[in-house]
Amino acid sequence: MTAPATPASSPATAGERPGVRMARSRRNAELSLLLLAMALVAAYGAMVEAKVLDTVTPGFWVPAATLTAVFLGVHLVIRFLAPFADPALLPAVALLNGLGVGFLRRLDLAKAAPEERADLAIFAGIGGRQLAWTLISVVLAAGLLALMRDHRSVSRYAYTLGLAGIVLVMLPAVLPPSISEINGAKLWVRIGSFSIQPGEFAKLALLVFFAYYLVRKREVLSLASHRFLGIDFPRGRDLGPVLVVWAISLLVLVFEKDLGTSLLYFGMFVATVYIATERVSWLLIGLVLFFGGAYLAYVLGDAVGGPFANFYLRAQIWLDPFAQPYDDGYQLVQGLLALGSGGLFGAGPGGGQPLLLPEVQNDFIFAGIGEEIGLFGLSALLVIYLLIVERGLRAALAVRDSFGKLLAGGLAFTLALQVFVIVGGISKLIPLTGQTTPFLSAGGSSLMANWLLIAVLLRVSDAGRRPVDGVGGRVTRPSGPPEQLHGAPTEVIKP
Amino acid sequence: MNAPLRRVGVVVIVLFGLLFANLNWIQAYKADEYRTSDYNGRVQVAKYDRKRGNIEAGGTALAVSKETDGELKYLRTYPGGGKYAHVLGYEPVNGSATGLERAENDFLAGTSDQLIVNRLRDMVTGDTTAGGNVLLTLSKRAQDTAYDELRNNNRGASKGAAIALDPATGAVQALVSIPSFDPNPLASHNTNEATSAYNKLEKDPARPLRNRALGEVLPPGSTFKIVVAAAALENGIGTDTNIPAGPSYTPPTSGEAITNAVPSICPQAQVTLMKAVTDSCNTGFAKLGVQLGADVLKEKARQFGFEQEDLTVGRLGESGLGVAASRTGSMANPDGGTDPAALAQSSIGQRDVRMTPLQGAMIAAAVANGGSQMRPYLVRQLLAPDRTTVYDTANPRELRRPVSGQVAADLRDMMVSVVQNGTGRSAGINGYTVGGKTGTAQSAPDRPDHGWFIGFAIDSDGKPVSAVCVVLEEAGSGGSAEAARIAGQIMRAAIADPGGR
Repeated sequence: MTAPATPASSPATAGERPGVRMARSRRNAELSLLLLAMALVAAYGAMVEAKVLDTVTPGFWVPAATLTAVFLGVHLVIRFLAPFADPALLPAVALLNGLGVGFLRRLDLAKAAPEERADLAIFAGIGGRQLAWTLISVVLAAGLLALMRDHRSVSRYAYTLGLAGIVLVMLPAVLPPSISEINGAKLWVRIGSFSIQPGEFAKLALLVFFAYYLVRKREVLSLASHRFLGIDFPRGRDLGPVLVVWAISLLVLVFEKDLGTSLLYFGMFVATVYIATERVSWLLIGLVLFFGGAYLAYVLGDAVGGPFANFYLRAQIWLDPFAQPYDDGYQLVQGLLALGSGGLFGAGPGGGQPLLLPEVQNDFIFAGIGEEIGLFGLSALLVIYLLIVERGLRAALAVRDSFGKLLAGGLAFTLALQVFVIVGGISKLIPLTGQTTPFLSAGGSSLMANWLLIAVLLRVSDAGRRPVDGVGGRVTRPSGPPEQLHGAPTEVIKP
Repeated sequence: MNAPLRRVGVVVIVLFGLLFANLNWIQAYKADEYRTSDYNGRVQVAKYDRKRGNIEAGGTALAVSKETDGELKYLRTYPGGGKYAHVLGYEPVNGSATGLERAENDFLAGTSDQLIVNRLRDMVTGDTTAGGNVLLTLSKRAQDTAYDELRNNNRGASKGAAIALDPATGAVQALVSIPSFDPNPLASHNTNEATSAYNKLEKDPARPLRNRALGEVLPPGSTFKIVVAAAALENGIGTDTNIPAGPSYTPPTSGEAITNAVPSICPQAQVTLMKAVTDSCNTGFAKLGVQLGADVLKEKARQFGFEQEDLTVGRLGESGLGVAASRTGSMANPDGGTDPAALAQSSIGQRDVRMTPLQGAMIAAAVANGGSQMRPYLVRQLLAPDRTTVYDTANPRELRRPVSGQVAADLRDMMVSVVQNGTGRSAGINGYTVGGKTGTAQSAPDRPDHGWFIGFAIDSDGKPVSAVCVVLEEAGSGGSAEAARIAGQIMRAAIADPGGR
């Protein structure tokens, strides 16, 4: 990351851009990568059927073909609406999404009675539902690309989105558990058989707000400081917003009983503050506050229980899941056993026993897939996630305006953090919390929110790579004053 | 803002690096542990994917896996039902196996390192490697006889055990424990059925799941006199030396008198050691024990195998069925000195002396084998899945040498006298020199006595052919005579069919 791989996407800070380069849209590269990804998804489907059904049905290619059609649609939309967008993002996300649908369909096959397996309808079961959600999510993402021709336009709605984000975060916490609680975590809003996770959307809304707020405040936050132990610390009065977000994330931790979400929001905020201010002190303050708070919750959970008891229990399970292998530690133990059983090469697609895993279509999908594709396969999946994240960060580097940098950088980091929280959770690296695995887990909320996130990254990367005169050729600086100087209450020029 | 963005990129790489390292830890380093964990349901399904090998004795399969139509592809069956149950154990779908099914699991399941060549070959040919076969030393006829005679003993005893060994090798010829159980329902693929069958057996007060031949310790009664006699022979007393006896003996510190089983036994003041063994003279052995001292007795018992806690019977050099330790118990006062009353009672196999049937058979075997006690074993050979390659053939080895050849010869003469002239007449076999020792042991004050017999048979060439121990729990009066009769029958069967083929 520190050394860009190709000159075409070299860092582009305002004022130090290379004078002349040929801008290339690379849409054909995107198309071939996408077709390659879909070929992999089709091959995966065939392997699953060969293993589970002992035969490959004539219709094995239908889900993969449906996905291919859908993603080709996105590709066309990008060709017209964001022609200079990063060409690796769509194929990477499509591959993950396709494998997720394939694995969920594989679960349906395992659940179905042997005689019904061969003619499982394409939209049947959770695999079929995921396919339908993919369709909807992709349409939404395309819609966002069409509506948001310039990412800076969303900053107009920053305060509305910020408020909406806070409401979405707090909504499950204030609703009664009968509506909001599933498996001990209050993260849901259930209406009948339909449930959404508002938190998935909240992270997008909050990030837009953070990016806007920090662009306005960054000079103050980064320059007004006390120096202590060789590190610049911010003034006490500037700590306010950070403390508010910290408090909200701890409230989430305690009342929604969810460490993962809380870590996600807080990490997202600290990362954007750091990107905006370039001050290591913010990172230190954030880490100390978060781990201090988590430790305090652990101690309180041990001593007084109450709302902290859930967190204490989860920490205990994390420390020794095998202490109660059939009770509290059951999920984590089964996840570890699935991963271990997969070993280096895995049991092969369709060869594992994913139904032994609780929540395998959801939190534990990574473990379920890991049993079948092994360490090598999971490493490849991690690399694909890493690719998406680093492409997002590259879009942030390339884009010229501060708001876009913060937005893309924050979104990319949030995606990475979410993968870290859930994959680390099921593999006992950190305490397990209920997070979805982006693009793999069953569920519409997560899929929609993450596709919207990708749409924003596509939009920002398009802005970063697009030649200013529109058709390639000479690149000039954007006109007008730099945005970060707008509206800052105390405008200080950096020495 | 680009510098911090780059650093965030580095942080992301570090986070993913942690995930990657942790997955390596779980999927590579800990993989075997997790794959074979007791909590891992995959183990159950996977182990039924390949055909488990047979356990066989004398050319007959005692445990066989049969193909099914279900999700678990093979069903483990035990054609012999309860007869071999305590040797074979059983292999349940859930929970852990017992018996040789457990001890030889790796080879039977085909996962043993010894079978790696087969697995590599089958990986090339695409076959599923079946499990290897385990061949036992058991003699079918001896096992049949032991099982039938024990179950139909004329004392009506419902609990008991019999074990027969080849004294020259230690090969187990028969091993029976009653009451027994049918292992087939326990191996059922219907786990509810298996669980309820197990619970029923587990709750049975007669404890049919217990392997009494190896796991039950009971007071050995007069069979223990062979150990005392061995100690006496090593301390200057000959078979014809007169030892003090009498109708009754009250040890110095105890008000309780030791008497003989019937008044006609050794009422005179002095009898020869030979006579004391032949008639099972309690007073003579109680006085002998007190004369020799607790340390000498305990040491002699230890040399015969008492106090050994880690003996297993299975494959030589590998693990097998666990054997409970036989004990001489405490013979001391509260102040630490020897309690003569305890010593006197221990000398006739009462008080705190406890012995397994296997230990009894091993004493008889050591006497018959010229003082050399062979390590007992059940597994004669391991045979490859395709039955062409032999992997492991038992190579009999001496376990210990409790007595010298001379002392063994004297003990043998006295034990032969027991069968020819004394309490063990019903064990005799035409054409063979049979020796033995009966035992009648008090169990609880208000319960019937246990009947014991330990003995051996030697052929006309002087080669020992079988050593046996039979115990009938709470068989009451005449229990030891019935045990002697059954022992004779088992040895006769073992002579006709020595097993190990």
